[in-house]
Amino acid sequence: MNYWPLLGIALVVIGFALRFNPLLVVVAAALATGLLAGLDLVAVIEALGQAFNDNRYISVTWIILPVIGLLERYGLQQRARGVIESVRGATMGKLLTIYLLFRQLTAALGMKDIGGHPQAVRPLVAPMAEAAAEKSHGTLADEHREKVLAMSAATDNVGLFFGEDIFFAIASILLIQGVFESYGYPLTPLQLSVWAIPTAICAFIIHSWRIRSLDRKLGKGRA
Amino acid sequence: MITYEWLYILAGAFFAIWSLLSLRDLKYGNAAFWGLLSASFFFGSHLSDFANGVLVLALVGIAGVGGLRRSDPETTNVEQRSEYAGRLGNRLFIPALIVPLTAVAGTLLYNYTPLSETGLFEPRRETLILFGVGVIVALIVAILWLRPPLLAPAEEGRRLLDSIGWAAILPQMLAALGAVFALAGVGEIIGGVAGQVIPEGNVLLTVIVFALGMALFTIIMGNAFAAFPVMAAAIGIPLLIETYDGNPAVIGAVGMLAGFCGTLLTPMAANFNIVPAALLELKDQNAVIRQQVGTAVPLLICNIAIIYIAGFLLWN
Repeated sequence: MNYWPLLGIALVVIGFALRFNPLLVVVAAALATGLLAGLDLVAVIEALGQAFNDNRYISVTWIILPVIGLLERYGLQQRARGVIESVRGATMGKLLTIYLLFRQLTAALGMKDIGGHPQAVRPLVAPMAEAAAEKSHGTLADEHREKVLAMSAATDNVGLFFGEDIFFAIASILLIQGVFESYGYPLTPLQLSVWAIPTAICAFIIHSWRIRSLDRKLGKGRA
Repeated sequence: MITYEWLYILAGAFFAIWSLLSLRDLKYGNAAFWGLLSASFFFGSHLSDFANGVLVLALVGIAGVGGLRRSDPETTNVEQRSEYAGRLGNRLFIPALIVPLTAVAGTLLYNYTPLSETGLFEPRRETLILFGVGVIVALIVAILWLRPPLLAPAEEGRRLLDSIGWAAILPQMLAALGAVFALAGVGEIIGGVAGQVIPEGNVLLTVIVFALGMALFTIIMGNAFAAFPVMAAAIGIPLLIETYDGNPAVIGAVGMLAGFCGTLLTPMAANFNIVPAALLELKDQNAVIRQQVGTAVPLLICNIAIIYIAGFLLWN
């Protein structure tokens, strides 16, 4: 077997580690992998162009930016903070735990497009988490503030990943079904999706514990 | 029938406006970058694969030489924003909620009523198309209500877009890399290697190699979807199911979730890990991944335990 195409993966790892521009790293890796697999340069450029073109739908989502930017111009983030400041007993721990549960449950019901980073985390969840943390612990040092914002984004990811597979009509479940069927193991989507529940429960327990422990560490000033 | 092509025209128009505004702002690198992306949306379906490939190389060239800069269009300051927030109140949330509600409620309505028989939308494309509809509705509502200066929506969007910068097309570029990897047979090579390192006769160790393989392969590819068919073919089906009689549903479902633990750990999953760091204007590009390590690692161990217990101990 020709193992040389694996060099492309090594290029990605090294390029990311040395902090080259990731776009440059990705394209260099694609060209190297294609050439090492014995394709000629024109064929690799064609493959890259075709795949980039086929995946344009991924970048369509940026059209939401004018909506978010416009609302921020009129104080959306400040309003989100205000809501949290007015709730008695609101802490970052409680807020992000509730958001985690909300994200898991809605994703499990197939509503994975509620939430997300440009739509929900930047304008709403992150400012709310920051306001709640400042309410309990006073003004945050820069590094602590970054941790709170990053934890808000992390919570959105964990909630989505470990909720969505409980919904049976989702791409990953259909992929599993397709692969198994091709090897002669017919399964229904529902048979698969119920087995996403134990992991979803573990994810909730582990991540909500980590949210609370970040909140506690902020209180002791050693996050 | 409304297809993705309609959305691409819409997105092409947005990026064309951002390109022109960058030009007016004398940011030529930004103008060229967003202009090329706009051209990809407008004309990509009519260009040859090679022309699209050259367009990709040009985009990467601009980003690679540091041609993209942050922008700072005119906007309101913090005091003004607080004042607006107090005056406008919770109604500010309404336009923000229009987009997800249109996408979600619209998808449900379309799929579970006779509406789907009208064939209004390209099959399985309705959610993203409805997302586009939601954006337009939300923009119109916000503009009619807030009456901002004419260019404010575009300029506020450009501020956010330029704070994301090149990371905005990284997810799409990684998807293209995945396609090239597939063409070069990288999956089969890794599957072959993984198949060779398995110790014979030990179920638990085989489960561990399967789950770790899913996570590691996902870390490399940035996507569990690429890892799953390979690991299922190399270990999941021939060993765990056919040799050791495991429960196929558990092995499939939880194996995929082991891959998702890898997604939490990799900059290759740019739209989940790198883009939010840019959106939240964090100094550390990997700040989100750092917060996810402590969840992903114990959860991977849980997944191994679930496959072993539910897939083998309770099943046989």
